[in-house]
Amino acid sequence: MVRGTRFWERLRRITFGVAVAGTFVFMVLPIALVLWLSFFGNEILSLPPEGYSLRWYSEIFAQRQFISGFWTSLEVALLATACGLLVTTPASFALTRSQFRGREAFLQLLMSPLIVPAIVIGASLYMSFVEFEVLTGLPVVGSVWGLAIGHILITIPWSMRLITANLIGVDRSVEEAALSLGASPLVAALKVTLPLIWPGMVAAALFSFVVSFGNLEISLLLVTPGQTTLPIAILQYLQWKIDPTIAAVSAIQIAVIGTGLLITDRFVNLAKVVQR
Amino acid sequence: MATVTLDRVSKRFGEFLAVDDFSLEVAEGELLVLLGPSGCGKTTTLRMIAGFTDASAGSVRIRGRDVTHEPPYRRNTGVVFQNYALFPHLTVFENVAFGLRRRRASESEIVERVDRALSLVKLDPLAQRMPRQLSGGQQQRVAVARALVIEPDVLLLDEPLSNLDAKLRHDVRQEMRRLQQLLKITTILVTHDQDEAMSMGDRLVVINSGRIQQIGSPQELYRTPRNPFVASFIGQANFIEGAPSRDGSLFVTRSGLSIACASSPSNANSLMIRPEAIELLDAPAAGANVFPATVEVVTYLGSTSELILRLTDSETVIVTKPASAVAPHHWMPGQRVFVRVDPASAVGIAPM
Ligand SMILES: Nc1ncnc2c1ncn2[C@@H]1O[C@H](COP(=O)(O)OP(=O)(O)OP(=O)(O)O)[C@@H](O)[C@H]1O
Ligand SMILES: [Mg+2]
Repeated sequence: MVRGTRFWERLRRITFGVAVAGTFVFMVLPIALVLWLSFFGNEILSLPPEGYSLRWYSEIFAQRQFISGFWTSLEVALLATACGLLVTTPASFALTRSQFRGREAFLQLLMSPLIVPAIVIGASLYMSFVEFEVLTGLPVVGSVWGLAIGHILITIPWSMRLITANLIGVDRSVEEAALSLGASPLVAALKVTLPLIWPGMVAAALFSFVVSFGNLEISLLLVTPGQTTLPIAILQYLQWKIDPTIAAVSAIQIAVIGTGLLITDRFVNLAKVVQR
Repeated sequence: MATVTLDRVSKRFGEFLAVDDFSLEVAEGELLVLLGPSGCGKTTTLRMIAGFTDASAGSVRIRGRDVTHEPPYRRNTGVVFQNYALFPHLTVFENVAFGLRRRRASESEIVERVDRALSLVKLDPLAQRMPRQLSGGQQQRVAVARALVIEPDVLLLDEPLSNLDAKLRHDVRQEMRRLQQLLKITTILVTHDQDEAMSMGDRLVVINSGRIQQIGSPQELYRTPRNPFVASFIGQANFIEGAPSRDGSLFVTRSGLSIACASSPSNANSLMIRPEAIELLDAPAAGANVFPATVEVVTYLGSTSELILRLTDSETVIVTKPASAVAPHHWMPGQRVFVRVDPASAVGIAPM
């Protein structure tokens, strides 16, 4: 009897361990592979490598589109992150702190970019922008702002999730205490609630940045000839050449995002915030 | 003038009537206790006074001003929550200073008043700590200081002691009563603990399922409860069924005992006798209200002993006595004794 339960307990643990390890390998392997490839000496990708070199990294700088794409992506991602938070934070307050008609519909609307294919979002934004340009004469298509608007849409569901989860975690009586001490709802939100959901907002900013920085589908439809983002530059390069330059660019992209994660994790415990 | 007035206040949650037509007044400097079992509507009442919950009907006045439709931040109430609700990201000092900063007090005034409030609750050495670095009792005192420092018109306390252990609860209870009397601050305290209510309250409001049962001083409620709920909620009570005699001076039980009593409404259907108001005698004695009885059970409860005595085939009473008064008699189950009921503490009770 006792031996039997021990056996099952061990089997359960081993299965669990294997599953965790498997998932981990599945997630890390592509990243590791890309990093490895970026140092290959040979131009035609083949295993095993003929030698190692850093030439693909210097090759990047010879390709103007990667440099300008990187800056555009960075600019758009920062803009989308900042504006996205300005939209989602008040929306999350409204959703968690008040009851109003159409609350559910409002929530679904904000989450819908997760459901609607990005290519559809991009296409419909493009058409709206063109209409807008015709009406007002303002250039939107091809502007950093136009791109950022598209990216804000897809960052919203992520930051909504994180911020509402954090808001739900804030003890309501703490906010009520602030009210009873003479703080208006706005002051209570700024002085009490915001400092308490700060980690969630940092995490939301990070996720927004990552989602925007890596986005391809929406950007594809909103750029004009001559304008490019990093993912588009990668795609276009791949269309006529496959060499480790792509791996090197990806390695830099991974490094940017990885650095973001590490820095953020120093300020807030990401694992804890995301678990909420 | 009353500091807080509730005028026919009700609160409905959907179909459910959580607070049913409450009217009460709290006098200047008075400590009023809202007492009742879990779910009876105490917190809801307090929240309507603080302004966190809207009343469905009726009006709330604070110092004569109708605040029924005022938001909480314009009511000047000091609230101490059950979980204290300290601001976790602010130091003890900043927690207490929060209300003063909202009132745009000068920095020197803030420092002075916060220091005074913290020394009042004996926490001045901990001013720079964060709330998570405090014990439960210390957090509770910070919450009290934070509520007091704004000099509220009324202090509202929702079970402020329930998260403290029994020993600490006793000390903090005394301390809070001392503070309240020292500062003469009008206070409404919510509790379901009758000891706490009796020892702290100037007056008690006994509530059951959303309705006020009785309002009065602890003595009044204990001596002359208006209905069986109040009688059994405030202290222990024996109930003997029967009916009053025509002039109300006697109460005749079902099995025919005639017990002289203090007061009895004409529609009383039971007589309440407090367990400690029954005297135990070894031999019959002269005078009114002496009845033979048989000891059924004797239970030692430390400082007191509890005896169950059978008066008639269908009537028993519980008697509590100091253990020191019981021990010398060696009362045993089955023993014949006599009881004497003090007429002043036998009260007829009408049905609810
Ligand atoms: N927001 C709400 N929605 C619906 N019902 C509620 C709400 N708040 C309270 N109630 C109900 O109203 C009744 C009174 O609640 P209240 O919190 O005032 O009780 P209480 O006397 O404070 O009890 P306790 O001693 O357990 O704290 C309860 O039955 C409760 O379920
Ligand atoms: Mg309550």
